[in-house]
Amino acid sequence: MATTTTTVPSAGPVAGSRSFLSRFREGDEIARMITFLFAASVVLVTFLLVFELWQGSVLPRHKFGFNFFRTSVWDPNFDQFGALPFIYGTLVTAAVSLVIAVPLGIGAAIFLAELAPARLSDSLEFFIDLLAAVPSVIYGLLGVFIVVPLMRDYLQPALKNSLGFLPIFQGPAYGVGFLTAGIVLAIMVIPYIISVSREVLLSVPRDQREAALSLGSTRWESTWKVVVPFARGGIMGSIFLALARALGETMAVTMVIGNNPIVSASLFSPGYSIAAVIANELTEATSNLHYQSLIELGLVLFILTFVLNGLARLMIVATSQRGAGMGHA
Amino acid sequence: MSSRLRWRKFVSNFMLTMTGVCAAISVSVLFFILGYLVYHGGTSISWNFFTKLPAPVGETGGGMANAIVGSGKLLLLATIFGVPIGFLGAIYLAEFSGGTTAFVVRYAADLLNGVPSIVIGIFAYALAVLPFKHFSTLAGGFALGLMMIPITLRSTEEFLRGVPNALREASMALGASKWKTIASVIVPAAYRGILTAILLAFARVAGETAPLLFTAFGNRFWSNGWNQPTASLPAMIYNYAIAPYDDWHRQAWAAGLVLLGLILVINIVARAILSRGIAVPRA
Repeated sequence: MATTTTTVPSAGPVAGSRSFLSRFREGDEIARMITFLFAASVVLVTFLLVFELWQGSVLPRHKFGFNFFRTSVWDPNFDQFGALPFIYGTLVTAAVSLVIAVPLGIGAAIFLAELAPARLSDSLEFFIDLLAAVPSVIYGLLGVFIVVPLMRDYLQPALKNSLGFLPIFQGPAYGVGFLTAGIVLAIMVIPYIISVSREVLLSVPRDQREAALSLGSTRWESTWKVVVPFARGGIMGSIFLALARALGETMAVTMVIGNNPIVSASLFSPGYSIAAVIANELTEATSNLHYQSLIELGLVLFILTFVLNGLARLMIVATSQRGAGMGHA
Repeated sequence: MSSRLRWRKFVSNFMLTMTGVCAAISVSVLFFILGYLVYHGGTSISWNFFTKLPAPVGETGGGMANAIVGSGKLLLLATIFGVPIGFLGAIYLAEFSGGTTAFVVRYAADLLNGVPSIVIGIFAYALAVLPFKHFSTLAGGFALGLMMIPITLRSTEEFLRGVPNALREASMALGASKWKTIASVIVPAAYRGILTAILLAFARVAGETAPLLFTAFGNRFWSNGWNQPTASLPAMIYNYAIAPYDDWHRQAWAAGLVLLGLILVINIVARAILSRGIAVPRA
C-alpha cells in the first residue's frame, strides 16, 4: 500500500513558512479555493440527494407509517399504498441470486488467486472486468429473449418434475418471475464477487499457506481451512457488495420479473421489485401520494444499499490490512 | 499410501478442479453474451440502422440514428458536468486537503457511488424535470454526470497519490509554487491514470438506462437543441425489447451489439493506456 503512505503533508514546511498573502499572490490559495469548491460540491450533491429523498416522502410516511411496509395493497386509484410485494420481490430475487452467485464466485476467485498461474489469472480477471462493464439493459435483453424461454421450456418443468414437492417450485411455468430474475441477477453480480474476493485472497500472507502445507495438508485443505478463513471478512464484504448491487438493480429485473405485485411462495410466480415499480410508475404517478410513495421506496433502497456498502467496505479494508500487517513481502 | 490419504488427495483434486470449472463458467458468460449479440444483432445491423429514424409503429425498417446522436449528446453533457467536478475535487483531495474535509468528501463520494442508478434517476427527476415540467436532454446529462463524479474523483485521486513525492519536492525546490507544481508536474505525471479513470467512468454511464427513463425519456424523432426529450441507445433497447413487434426485437439486438461493442472497446482502450506504464518510475 505504498500509494497511501506517500501523502504530502500540505507541502510541508515550505508552504507553512510563507504568509497567506504571498501564497495568495502566487496563486496557491486561489487554486486551493477553486478545487475546494469542486470537492465541496460533491458533498453538497450527496446531501441534496438524501434531503430530496427524505423530504419527498413525507406524505406516505405520515399517512401510512410502518404499515407501508406491512400491507400489500398497491392501488393508485384508491390512494392505498402498501409496499410489501415490492420489498418481498426485491429480497427474494436478491436471495436467489446470492444462492447461485456466491458458490460460483468464490470458487472462481479461489481458482484465480490460488491455482491459476499469474498470467492466466490476470487475463481471466481482464475478462471478468469486462463482464462487470456490461450494462444491465444488455443483461435484460438476453434475459428476455434467451433466459425466459429456457426457463419456461426446460428448467422450470425439470425443477417441477424433480423437486415439485417443495412449495417454492410449484405453479405454472411462465418463464418470467422471481427465479428468472434471480438467475439473471446472479450472472450480473458474479464479477463483483470474483474481483473483490480474488483481491482479498491474494492479500493473504504467503507463510499462512506454507505453514499449512508444511504440516502435511493437501493443497485444498490449506486453501479451504487456512487461506479462506483468513480472508473470510473480505469475502463477506464482496458478498455484501454483490447484495447491494442486486437489491438496486433495475433494468434487467424489470424486464424479466413479470411486474405483478403479489407475495407468493413459489419462485415460478411473476413478481415485482422496488426498483422495477419505480421505473414503471414514477413518471406516470397519478397523485402526489402515489409519487411520494415511490420516492419512499427509493429511500428504502437507498438506506439498504448504504448500509450494505458501508459494511462491505469496512470488512474488505480490515481484511486487507490484516494481511498487510502480518508483513508478507 | 493409506486410504485416508488417498481420499484427502482425491478431495483436494476434485475441489480444485471444481474451482476451475467455476472460473470457466463465469468467464464463458462473457462469450455467451458476445456470441448471442453478434448472432442476433449482426444480422440486423445495416446502413439504415445508423442513418434512419425509427419507422412509424407497425411498419418495418427504419433505424436508430436519433438514438445514437441522442446518446452522444447525453454523454457529452455528462462528461462536461461530471469530469471537472471529479477531476478538480480529486486534486483538492490529493494535494491540498488533509484530515476531516478529505474524509467527508471521500465518504460522500463513496456514498454517491453506491447509490442505485434508479435512485439517481429519482433525484434528477425531482431536481431537473419536475420544476421545468418537461423531460430534457439536459436533465439526462445531469443524471449521467452525477454518476460520473464519484468514479472519476476516487480513481483520479488514487493516481495522483501514486506520483512519487520526489517529483513534488524537486519542483518545489526549484521555486515553483504549489499550483504550478500540480499543473506542470503532478498532473502530467499521472495523466495516463487520469485518462483511464475518465474513460472507465464514461463507459460505465454509457450503458445506464434507469436514470434516463425519467430524464431524457425518449423520442421517436430528432431532438432539437438541448431542452427536448431525446432518444438514447440504452432506453431504445429497453423499449424495443419489451414491445411486441418482431422487427423491434431485431433492432433491439442490433442496438445492443452497437452499445456493448462501444463499451467494451472503451474499456479495452482504457486498460491499454494504463498498462503502457506510468510515465514516471514509482519511488
